[in-house]
Amino acid sequence: MSERSNLRLIILGILIFSLFMTLISRLFYLQVMEGDEYRAAAENNSVREVVEPAVRGLILDQAGRPLVSNRTSIVVTIDRQKLNQQGEKGDLVIKRLAKILGTTPESVSERLLPCGTEGAPKPPICWNGSTYQAVPVASDVDPQTALTIMEKRSEFAGVTAKLTAVREYSGPFDVNAAHILGYLGPVTEDQITEQGQSDAYDRLRRTDSIGRSGLENFYDTQLRGKPSVTTLEVDTSGQVTGTVDQKPAVSGDYLVSTLDAKLQSVVEKQLVAAIQRAQGQGYPGDSGAAVVVDVRNGQVLAMASYPTYDPGIWVGGVSQKQYKSLVKSDSLSSNATQGLFAPGSTYKVVSTAAAGKEGYSLYSDYQCPKQVKLGTQIFRNYESSAYGRISLGRALEVSCNTVFYGLADRMWEAAGGNDAKRDSADPIADAASMFGFGTPTGIDLPGESAGRVSGRTFKVQNWEAKRDTWCANAITGYPETRKTDPKLADYYTALDKENCADGFRWREGDALNAAIGQGDTTVTPLQMAMAYAAIANGGTVYEPKLVKAIMGADGSVIERVAPTVKSELDLPKSTIKFLQNSLPGVTSDGSGKSPFIGFPLNQIPVASKTGSAQVTGDKVSTSWFASYAPANKPRYAIVMMVTQGGTGSKTSGPSVRKIYEALFGIDGTTVNPNKSVLIGGAPSKELPVIRPDGTPVTPKGKMSGVVTAAGSG
Amino acid sequence: MAKFYASTRADNALVGAGSRAGARGQGYWRDLDWILLISGLALTVLGSILVWSASRADLASANDPQSYLKRHLINVVAAIILGYLASRLNYRWLRAYTPIIYGASFFLLLLPFVPGIGVTVAGARAWIDLPGGLTIQPSEFMKVAVILMMAALLSERKDIETEPSGRDFLMALAAAAVPIAVILVQNDTGTVLILGTVAISVIAVAGVRSRWLVALIGGSILSILLAIQLGLLKEYQVARLTSFISPDQDTGASAYNANQARIAIGGGGWFGTGLFEGPQTQGKFVPVNESDFIFTVSGEELGFLGSVLLILLLAVLLWRAAMIAWKADDKYGRLVATGVLAWLAFQTFENIGMTLGIMPITGIPLPFVSAGGTSMMAVWIAIGLLQTVRLHEVRAEI
Repeated sequence: MSERSNLRLIILGILIFSLFMTLISRLFYLQVMEGDEYRAAAENNSVREVVEPAVRGLILDQAGRPLVSNRTSIVVTIDRQKLNQQGEKGDLVIKRLAKILGTTPESVSERLLPCGTEGAPKPPICWNGSTYQAVPVASDVDPQTALTIMEKRSEFAGVTAKLTAVREYSGPFDVNAAHILGYLGPVTEDQITEQGQSDAYDRLRRTDSIGRSGLENFYDTQLRGKPSVTTLEVDTSGQVTGTVDQKPAVSGDYLVSTLDAKLQSVVEKQLVAAIQRAQGQGYPGDSGAAVVVDVRNGQVLAMASYPTYDPGIWVGGVSQKQYKSLVKSDSLSSNATQGLFAPGSTYKVVSTAAAGKEGYSLYSDYQCPKQVKLGTQIFRNYESSAYGRISLGRALEVSCNTVFYGLADRMWEAAGGNDAKRDSADPIADAASMFGFGTPTGIDLPGESAGRVSGRTFKVQNWEAKRDTWCANAITGYPETRKTDPKLADYYTALDKENCADGFRWREGDALNAAIGQGDTTVTPLQMAMAYAAIANGGTVYEPKLVKAIMGADGSVIERVAPTVKSELDLPKSTIKFLQNSLPGVTSDGSGKSPFIGFPLNQIPVASKTGSAQVTGDKVSTSWFASYAPANKPRYAIVMMVTQGGTGSKTSGPSVRKIYEALFGIDGTTVNPNKSVLIGGAPSKELPVIRPDGTPVTPKGKMSGVVTAAGSG
Repeated sequence: MAKFYASTRADNALVGAGSRAGARGQGYWRDLDWILLISGLALTVLGSILVWSASRADLASANDPQSYLKRHLINVVAAIILGYLASRLNYRWLRAYTPIIYGASFFLLLLPFVPGIGVTVAGARAWIDLPGGLTIQPSEFMKVAVILMMAALLSERKDIETEPSGRDFLMALAAAAVPIAVILVQNDTGTVLILGTVAISVIAVAGVRSRWLVALIGGSILSILLAIQLGLLKEYQVARLTSFISPDQDTGASAYNANQARIAIGGGGWFGTGLFEGPQTQGKFVPVNESDFIFTVSGEELGFLGSVLLILLLAVLLWRAAMIAWKADDKYGRLVATGVLAWLAFQTFENIGMTLGIMPITGIPLPFVSAGGTSMMAVWIAIGLLQTVRLHEVRAEI
């Protein structure tokens, strides 16, 4: 070969050799010297999810009418990060936005403050969601305004107006049911934390809305469905490189409520009527509740609480002003399930049951003096009426307190009187627990109150909790009060000395008060309804239910909710029979007679008990009317109460009568089940039909509750 | 010496005649360059494992995640058989038929332009569709044909000491330039670069005058710069060629490839994550990592040590190729071996270099390792040709 060829081949070889050395050095540099950096980068290579929430399930009434549905609304949201990037211009954006939304800049900016930060308003006005999530500041914005926002991007940087699915709470017949249905709100940080580490595609995300109260909260998982999630591969620079996974959305399940929209509407109106009746008598009549349950299974057919609010107020966020008025009016909590009230004379069925169980004769006559004295204390009858020697049944009819004082006194003495031990018998408290008082009913709603049964156990617990304070006060002797009013300080000190020494003791006076539902006993109206339902059905205390079935959006039945027995009344049959036989007399010939004058009691006998519970302070008594009907073949129990409302018969009674009339289709003295507000005269045994497109089949004509464009008069 | 071979085996056809098969067969197996063969086989086996690891992630949800591997192995077997046949080629016959091989390859090269046959992959219209779902890339065979043609043209003068004439030089240049132009039109930039360096290497080793050589190299560089300057290269081609310089700023697809490739390799460390364990590989973050980016699989899963082993195997193979070129007893053999050496060396450097971020990203496979039937066949034919040259020189030494 030529020298030139050899030389050039050698040069080629050297070139190739150096290229390979370059490769190996570069490889060493990348893998060994900078390896850690690249390993970190590899971990940053990640997936990103595009989440589209599922269509939330509807809440239907028992006849298939939608109580809660979905609609679209133009919602204006603000991306706070983008707004913050604007600096001072951000304030201008808010000013402009407030102007075209017709509100003040403050009411817009207060929504943007995260809850818990300085100067932020309280939840739910402050922003409870994620930092990275756009904050909704207005809903149901008119399209013209939305167009303006979207067209002038530079003037409204960070602001977006778009069609969003929101909840529609305007049910048929102007049903409110705010406390039952509940509302949605953004997921809170706590809920995300509570969920823990999860990579399930249907986990809670910061962008989700979830039920914050009522059925929306209790059945949130079922209603929410599963979102459609597209998982995209994303590299370190944020570039999408592929689709890893695609999960289709699963529509939320439908709740078939036990409520009947038309009945609910009647009950809501009648509760307001009772309130107005109280106010007409010059009483404050500041709050109230009404419950209608099916005694045979515990299904709640209607439940109302006063005051209430418009549940639609939460859609798109609530303003500070709105929220303040909500809190001020005390309308956020349900008086039916969360309100605690002294039961008054409606509690006498408990005392009667205790007496029956303890073996006292239910058919003997008892003295009904106008008052009984206990030391310096006087225990009176209502309006100090005296009836002489009467039967126990009559005592229930006329609601004679002194007869029940006498029975309670005998039971107290039998248990040992003042010498009784802490665990001595307490028949009335035991009977109350049996009826379900003092424990939550187990209704499918969040935040239910348990109530309190006054009795020996309560006294001890209360003393253990407060003893230290009492004893401390007994020693110090209220120095602050003493400066201005030494007499009052003396009185307080004496009281606390006594309480400190033997505040645990179940005294005779306590026992007497407890027997007529006064003193420390508090109950919820729902508990009362379930107790009367138990008397009506022969002794079964059911857990009340608001949902009778869960159905798929495709109409399939996912779950039928079976009646749940909370407890059975452990009473002699004769005792229950006695109550069942006595209570109709209250309506026909007792304290419940006046509201039912002219009511066809011969066809629909009504068992009832009135109550006018005294409240500490100089407040007007709580008006109670507890009942069930038909007394001879019990079907419905209705309880209504109005605080500071006066007597049970004058204030609540007439409204309860109206509800019975609506239930049984009573017009004057004729009973016509076809005129009942319930289609067919009773709650439907069948579940509603849901069409393949997810719309429920609603009743036809004016029973649909939907006012059509043509007008349904 | 060449004459000796020609005179004794003048009539031999493609493969040795049956009567002499025994004796020749024995000599054939004895005289083979075994180191060359074994390093080629080792690379192919290693490559198949890497292809398996890369493709099973993509096919994880398919009926048979191993289906791609199976197809690859069929290609490998076919490629080795072709390589064996090439090594059995008669030297003289090969030279005589070079124009036909060249012509046939060139014809194949034009087929991608025929509608209904041509397929565009990753922007390059360089593939042709065959029945049965097979696609072939004729430019791979063209590499072999160009090497054979240039070697034949530049060794026209029998006298080994004589430098090629100007006419031979221009003919050889044309033999390379015409297919290069066609491949350029097909947008297969990577192959153009490889063929260019192969042509320059062969012309250089052929011993042409230094003036010509300098002019050729200078002209090549100038024309690349001109092409970029005049916008003859499409924007994405320029982006591909330049994105490796600053991959962090560019968010285009080629920069993405470069980034992901480097993340995969960098994450491998000394020992790698272990086969089938690489998060970048199994997470499908690196595109086409069963073919062009196969080295990222090695880098991530086998680590520095495994990857250096792979590079060393290639180096051993190239060392043998260089030795065959060095020892070649005639110019034709030297130039064929030189062509193959330059081809495999530069293609290896370009392929691994692009995954390491020191070379532009082009769509060319890593010899013996990447999946891709045509490439596998071409490199094994190249091994066969090297063996032919080797067998020729061994026998010439007798």
